[in-house]
Amino acid sequence: MEIAVLLKQVPATESLIEITDDGISIKTDDIKWVINPYDEFAVEEALQIKEAHGGSVTIISVGPEKTTEAIRTALAMGADKGILINDPAAEGCDGLSTARILAAVLKETPFDLIIAGQRAVDDDNFQVGPAVAEFLGIPNISMVIKQEIIDAKIRCHGTIDGGTVILEAPLPALFTTQRGLNEPRYASLPGIMKAKKKPIDIKTLADIGLEADRIGKPLTRIVAMQIPPERKGGRMITGDSAQAKAVELVRILHEEAKVI
Amino acid sequence: MSQGVLAIAEQIEGVFRKVTYEALSEGRRIADRLNCDLTAIILGADLDNISKELGQYGADRIIVAQSPTLSEYLTDAYTTVIADYINKENPAVVILGASTQGKDLSARLSARLNAPLAMDCVAIRFEENNIIATRPMYGGKILADIALDGNPQILAIRPNAMTITNTAGAGSIEKLDTDTGNMVLQFIEKSLDTGKVELTEADTVVSGGRGMAGADFTVIEELAQLLDGAVGASRSAVDEGWRPASDQVGQTGKVVSPNLYIACGISGAIQHLAGMSSSKVVVAINKDPEAPIFSKADFGIEGDLFEIVPLIAEQVKKLKGRI
Ligand SMILES: Cc1cc2nc3c(=O)[nH]c(=O)nc-3n(C[C@H](O)[C@H](O)[C@H](O)COP(=O)(O)OP(=O)(O)OC[C@H]3O[C@@H](n4cnc5c(N)ncnc54)[C@H](O)[C@@H]3O)c2cc1C
Ligand SMILES: Nc1ncnc2c1ncn2[C@@H]1O[C@H](COP(=O)(O)O)[C@@H](O)[C@H]1O
Repeated sequence: MEIAVLLKQVPATESLIEITDDGISIKTDDIKWVINPYDEFAVEEALQIKEAHGGSVTIISVGPEKTTEAIRTALAMGADKGILINDPAAEGCDGLSTARILAAVLKETPFDLIIAGQRAVDDDNFQVGPAVAEFLGIPNISMVIKQEIIDAKIRCHGTIDGGTVILEAPLPALFTTQRGLNEPRYASLPGIMKAKKKPIDIKTLADIGLEADRIGKPLTRIVAMQIPPERKGGRMITGDSAQAKAVELVRILHEEAKVI
Repeated sequence: MSQGVLAIAEQIEGVFRKVTYEALSEGRRIADRLNCDLTAIILGADLDNISKELGQYGADRIIVAQSPTLSEYLTDAYTTVIADYINKENPAVVILGASTQGKDLSARLSARLNAPLAMDCVAIRFEENNIIATRPMYGGKILADIALDGNPQILAIRPNAMTITNTAGAGSIEKLDTDTGNMVLQFIEKSLDTGKVELTEADTVVSGGRGMAGADFTVIEELAQLLDGAVGASRSAVDEGWRPASDQVGQTGKVVSPNLYIACGISGAIQHLAGMSSSKVVVAINKDPEAPIFSKADFGIEGDLFEIVPLIAEQVKKLKGRI
């Protein structure tokens, strides 16, 4: 089973996000970078599938040079090799053009299964996984919490609003992860040592036969960014007893806030 | 020339999702601004009884793609039917709900059609004649305005973010001959949490965290039920195995924007706030007066949730009895 994991490096969720002077990007100096949490589930699931069925796990990423850190972490968890597309022309990519680059890499990397995160927690786009599948002409199943591979088919429990659905797809296929799929392992010390010797292939767009102009100009553009007004702490409900506080809260919610 | 607005309706078991009405209402506003028609498209196996309802939310035409092969949402079949329709009719704007299904469908459609997609929009406005979509990024720490180049402009809107407006359109129904193409995905089975209000669509969400100290969420469930709301949970409560992962609110869970969010025994970590900070009114109940959640809540009660929450429920009961 050849498994490809699409992995993006993103700011850690506790990072303070600030807007730069250009108004359309964020300050990156003080940010701590991590593997996108949904892609961590993808790495873990790929490793479990490899452990059960044999094969290898390849991490594929489009991003700046420092993304090698995130790839290295995935290799320390147990993945076999990494491919990083690092090209200035890929920098301003939107979801669709990123998907096009990833699909081009996957066209020359043999795979049976691709696992992506449901979303990257920086752009929160929910787009790249299904788009890669579309470009490769393979099926995708979104937000998977459980999977099973039997013969050349994958059966997935996907999340839908208000329940779950079980779908089956012939391989090769792509699925995206949802919380609940697994608990990602930590990299062990021997894993970290071994990872140092594992290959990370850094390529440009030209290396994968994709001219910069073929990825297409981004169809979506950020024209402004703002920090949403912060929620302010409001009133503490006071009263002589718990009972009095409850009465006052319900009165406020009904008469003033008009939400019940 | 691309023209017109197409809204994709989503139904499950013959019931429209609330976000469908939101997508149609917003689609109607866009169509009025562009001075064009709003068309709704609905896919499924058994749609005769529900299709015409879409006219009440401003659809001028209702395209019904009815076929046994469309009884369940399958990415490949639905993408093919809708993409073929879009290629034929060439709408300028496609709007749909960013539900779980809508996210999957819109992502795949954008790739099939090479069309720009603004995912999970919370507001849509015009600058001159161009659409600007506002969408949260970085777990809601940023609101970004997005311009879309190309056709059609696909707008997937966040549930509960936009207003539903009743406006009658002509609502003429047309049947669409459907060709689902080569389908490889196979539906095996589905299980729905019946009787539960969907977390992302609920007007009220009552959430419990580690302060619940166990899997017994009865006090929370009772209050949620009284308020016709849904139950949510912090990641700690999910990690402890007290609640299913589908209940998790936050950066790695669901994003909710109800009218009323009641956080019980939740400290207010930044990753939790990312999932609920766009709620209209937030109430926090916590026994620690220093809990960070109080600095983000409109109303706070310091106290033991096991004492306070049942008392609130009792008051709500009285109130409901009075109305
Ligand atoms: C990458 C990443 C992603 C994450 N994603 C999420 C996410 O999506 N959602 C999420 O929620 N968290 C998420 N977290 C975890 C988050 O950082 C917090 O650990 C978590 O939200 C804490 O949950 P809690 O508030 O229930 O528990 P705690 O922080 O332990 O707070 C429990 C609170 O209950 C109060 N309490 C205890 N007993 C009572 C009582 N009887 N009555 C009233 N109050 C009581 C306490 O005073 C305390 O304030 C994420 C973390 C990381 C690193
Ligand atoms: N630059 C990238 N490199 C590799 N994988 C990516 C990249 N961007 C997105 N992905 C994958 O696509 C998923 C969804 O991302 P997005 O559509 O950007 O929210 C992520 O969880 C990754 O698996």
